[in-house]
Amino acid sequence: MSDHGQGRPPDEVRRRMYELMSLILACDERIRRGLSGGEFACTYWPATGQEAIAAALGTVLRTDDQLVTTYRGLHDQVAKGVPIGPLVAEILTRRSGVNAGKGGAMHISYPPAGLVLSTGIVGSGIPIAVGVGLAIQMRGGDQVAVASFGDGATGTGSFHEAVNLAALWRIPIVFLCQNNGYAEMTPTAEAQPVADVADRASAYGIPGVRVDGNDPDVVHASLADAVGRARSGSGPTLLECTTFRLWGHYFGDPMRYIPGSELDEARQAEPVARYRARLLDDGVLDEQSALDLDERARQEVESAFVAALAEEPPGAADAFVDVYGGSEGSA
Amino acid sequence: MTATGSNVPMTTRSMRDALNLALDEALAADPSVFLIGEDLADPAGGISQVTKGLSTTHGTDRVRDTPISEAAIVGAAVGAAAAGLRPVAEVMIMDFISIALDQLVNHAAKARYMSGGRLRIPLTMRTAVFGGIGSGATHSQTLEAWLAHIPGLKVVVPSTPADAKGLLTSCIFDDDPCVFVENVRLYGTTGPVPDGEFRTPLGVADLKRHGGDVTIVTYGRTVPDALAAAEELSGEGIEVEVVDLRSLVPLDTDSVLASVARTRRVVVAHHATRFAGFGAEVAGLINEELFGELEAPVGRIGALFAPIGSAASLEAAVMPSAATIAEAVRTVMT
Repeated sequence: MSDHGQGRPPDEVRRRMYELMSLILACDERIRRGLSGGEFACTYWPATGQEAIAAALGTVLRTDDQLVTTYRGLHDQVAKGVPIGPLVAEILTRRSGVNAGKGGAMHISYPPAGLVLSTGIVGSGIPIAVGVGLAIQMRGGDQVAVASFGDGATGTGSFHEAVNLAALWRIPIVFLCQNNGYAEMTPTAEAQPVADVADRASAYGIPGVRVDGNDPDVVHASLADAVGRARSGSGPTLLECTTFRLWGHYFGDPMRYIPGSELDEARQAEPVARYRARLLDDGVLDEQSALDLDERARQEVESAFVAALAEEPPGAADAFVDVYGGSEGSA
Repeated sequence: MTATGSNVPMTTRSMRDALNLALDEALAADPSVFLIGEDLADPAGGISQVTKGLSTTHGTDRVRDTPISEAAIVGAAVGAAAAGLRPVAEVMIMDFISIALDQLVNHAAKARYMSGGRLRIPLTMRTAVFGGIGSGATHSQTLEAWLAHIPGLKVVVPSTPADAKGLLTSCIFDDDPCVFVENVRLYGTTGPVPDGEFRTPLGVADLKRHGGDVTIVTYGRTVPDALAAAEELSGEGIEVEVVDLRSLVPLDTDSVLASVARTRRVVVAHHATRFAGFGAEVAGLINEELFGELEAPVGRIGALFAPIGSAASLEAAVMPSAATIAEAVRTVMT
């Protein structure tokens, strides 16, 4: 546990980051427990292992900053402020879900908290986020757009077209790559001819920064820099946060493609316990307050699940609502 | 609303100019409207000069040139629309929508639905069919059936300058994603266009010719060919009614069925490939609703099942014409 002394965020920000991480971990664990035990069924792409990046997102961004994330989005969604109850109900595809049970875990959208949408097609959210940033720029607003995506997305044409466009137009955006080591089942190193995702930035004349994405203090500082650049009109940054996807691509992934030693190492570097220990070391939290905080997170998550499991799925008639906006819509 | 009444002052315009005017008026009327695409700004003013002068009037911020990046053009338009603007994205030639289909099909079309109504995507994507000018198989396709197949998109195909202006204005101010399909062979055609801003409602077909013997259901570039065929057939004593769909989604089923119920004979015609083309849907609808009243099987005309070769002889071998439409009408008359 290194001491990060300089540039460390204030204590209340660090406590808030840990609180978010604890809540995200509790939620992800609860979903996996329910799926393993047959309590409910849904498709799910676990986020455990990537909490530190979300903690920084949740404390650096303003509510009116605009985030586009992906199907592996629970951590980002919780951090951006999507309320846990309706979020859990959506993951369980209940009618009371944040998107009426139509989006599911893959397609969460909650504009009131600045969570524009979550995309299920790898890379496709990046040009959309550029468009959100373009709208901010054209209106003369001071918000920032963030495109959050994995290392796999950087192989898509969408990524390159979008970063090029944003750099050309100095769009107020941060390209936040959560490099979790694998694009579905392919190691990052086998999918790119450059050492780091951040190296891609040089082709577009924007800063490319690579940091330890499992260290919330470090991510917070570098994300704050990138957001500050965007907000001040200096254009985009590509911020690569290295992390690890501890439960594979999808829930139930046997992860045969990950060497056992690599997985052991990644578990050792798991960000939540690591950050908890650091905050105890630094005197930002004491053991009792940390326990209380973890317990509150578990209770909040459990209440959300109890409530959501009692809710109904959408009805058959709901299938035809919101296909179009007006009454003239149907084919 | 289609303003074909005799009291409305009219000016004769080309379809190119009518489209330009619609864009100009929309940009002037609403600061949230902007254009995004390749080569739109002056001096190019668009590959077919549809956007000529608009960047000079409204600025390059709102008439925005892009790199050759169709996925990013449409993707950025989706994002800007989600953020409340009204982007008009241009994909220069319809074949190029293949590059942008993920954004159209997976995001623009479904964002409202998947968000449970939290998002709306008031995006218009203009594109143009370049078939019939020798551009070859990757620059000649008529692909609206791909898009009509996707719930959430509206698909609009004008055939006259007046319709082009009124329909494009409706698309721009519609709160759903609209695909607006132009045709390079129609840009130079002229016709009366009502003066001032007007909107032609989506989902309302237009009778381009009245006739009691047989109906041709058609749209877009095929309308002038259908009208030419009707003129020729009139000389043979066959009076043809021409129904111009104008929008495929939403589809004006009432107008189609009303005309065919009167004439009891019908040919469905388009320049898109006949096999699995939109005409199959129209023929299916007529079959379901009017089977017992038809005097002949539904006739269908479309491009034959081959790519569009560059040679004029190959285009002619595959694409429909007034002559092939007239022949199909004669067949359903026997």
